[in-house]
Amino acid sequence: MIKTVAEVGFPVDEILRIQKQRLEPADGASGKRISIVTGIHGDELEGQYVCYEVARRVGEHPEFLRGIVDIYPALNPFGIDSVTRGIPAFDLDMNRIFPGREDGDMNEYVASRIIEDLEGSDLCLDIHASNIYLTEVPQIRINEEHTNSLLDLGKLANVDFLWVHSNSTVLSSTLAYSLNSRKVPTLVVEMGVGMRISREYGEQLTDGIFRLMAHLGIWEGPTAMVRQPIISADPNEVEFLNAPVSGIFMKTRSHGALVKKGMEIGQIVDPLKGICLCSVTAPADGWLFTIREYPVVDEGSLLARILKGHDAEVQEKYQKE
Amino acid sequence: MERKILFEIKGLYRDDFRVTGFSFGQGEKTLCVVGSTRGNENQQLFCCSQLIRRLSELEEKGKITPGVEILVIPCANPYSMNIKKRFWSIDNTDINRMFPGYEKGETTQRIAAGIFEVVKEYQYGIQFASFYMPGAFVPHVRMMKTGYEDVTLAQKFGLSYVVRHTPRPFDTTTLNYNWQIWETQAFSIYTTNTAKVDMESARQAVEAILNFMSWQGMIRYRGHEGYVSRVIDSDDMIPVRADHAGFFEAHVSAGEEVSTGQLLARIYDPYLGTMRSALYAPFHGTVAFVHDEAMTYEATAVLKLIREEEW
Repeated sequence: MIKTVAEVGFPVDEILRIQKQRLEPADGASGKRISIVTGIHGDELEGQYVCYEVARRVGEHPEFLRGIVDIYPALNPFGIDSVTRGIPAFDLDMNRIFPGREDGDMNEYVASRIIEDLEGSDLCLDIHASNIYLTEVPQIRINEEHTNSLLDLGKLANVDFLWVHSNSTVLSSTLAYSLNSRKVPTLVVEMGVGMRISREYGEQLTDGIFRLMAHLGIWEGPTAMVRQPIISADPNEVEFLNAPVSGIFMKTRSHGALVKKGMEIGQIVDPLKGICLCSVTAPADGWLFTIREYPVVDEGSLLARILKGHDAEVQEKYQKE
Repeated sequence: MERKILFEIKGLYRDDFRVTGFSFGQGEKTLCVVGSTRGNENQQLFCCSQLIRRLSELEEKGKITPGVEILVIPCANPYSMNIKKRFWSIDNTDINRMFPGYEKGETTQRIAAGIFEVVKEYQYGIQFASFYMPGAFVPHVRMMKTGYEDVTLAQKFGLSYVVRHTPRPFDTTTLNYNWQIWETQAFSIYTTNTAKVDMESARQAVEAILNFMSWQGMIRYRGHEGYVSRVIDSDDMIPVRADHAGFFEAHVSAGEEVSTGQLLARIYDPYLGTMRSALYAPFHGTVAFVHDEAMTYEATAVLKLIREEEW
């Protein structure tokens, strides 16, 4: 059943509708509910395939469904349609206006309706794709304030990495923070890259979603084995590499690679002069879980993130595959 | 006047990115004024240019108090202004959401850090700010409620309103907020416009800053007296929302006094030309903000009113 969560009239013959599909057993649900949410940022499309795949698999075997699956594929439909990260016309990041206000401006009103509709979910997954600049291994990011309620659930999601990060004031305006504060456990997934769909990652996460649904009593069908993620809660374990100069970044390692200190990750070149401006090297041994995808960089642009101290675990879990 | 480069990033195909400052007088770092941080803030840049012109004249006449140094940074983001893009050219991030910045972080964090390293040393800080919604404001001084704000000082600008604003989470990364946290007395000045230059409003804003500087003994200057500012909270600016989307026709201007029941605006059907709704003043007051684009969305605050003060 397709339901409209929020609806706002636009000036010229158009209505903005935030829609969801509700999947539930024909003979009534167990009362448990999972919500799959994506498309807050219009340039992040990895969640599109996950939404499709979850609905397709449930549709193939509705006899295994015991609870409610709500799928929200496009929280920012105008952004998705216009290849715009934020809310078009406002240049506003939708993930900075939650929980919104019922009596607020149009965007705040829509945000408040989304929160209201998601409240009561036993679990919510908010699927992102980093941005158009960076490629990420499939990972879940957990605000340290909500570690207790989320860590065990995150382990079932079939992602490669669980990153527990410190609280930032700004992040309290996100959908995930607002929901977690309202006792709706919400996992933020980051995987792949903006403007693209990685089918392999989509299938990996979908397997995890079915494992979570089984855990919650929403799904009684078979589920795939899930991988045990690398977990990091120590901010000192993550190294950020930023561009030392402006130029064109050519990566020489892919995300997911194990790198050694001093190993080249990429080069920044100047095509006008035909010279290599610098070789970007790993500052430490570790796991390259983020790498720059978009080649144009300014001084300071993020090039990579490296997780230190888990090499043996990464080697055992992923390098054999 | 001394012109100096405060922060620089080497460009690949563009000229180098430079944040330029203009300093007046020598001595204690007393006042810093920052103009546009976003690519559409033409009015904010224009105001700074006028302030620089006036301060140059005052300096030539020896009217800057000895031992006082004033710094004006007219534009923190020339790259975005030159390509008419509101936020940072490559990644669309907002410099005014990056303070206090991080010198080893991403590009706009580095720009914010480079600027903040300079401006945090000043006793007073003024930023020409803009609102994310398109429209005209009644000129006012705005300050964050951080516990460090000094309302009495803000009244020295002589603008009609001093607005106190309770910071929301995303406000904590603005220049104004961080200035106050680092113990600079910080003020944001809102003039009427952002993308369009309003010369009269710019003149009023520059006059307000010169008044403030005169009160605080930074310059010898006798300008217009200005207003006795009324102090309000940002929540006292009551929104009047569009109940329909469509062509928007304002019947009042920012700063205008309105009576209960007075027609404020009309909204028209974009296809039929018929009126979809009329908005009326719910109380006697002053128009603080009025939307100034051809069309409006539904449920959008197209006007903000300040209720008449009760005596």
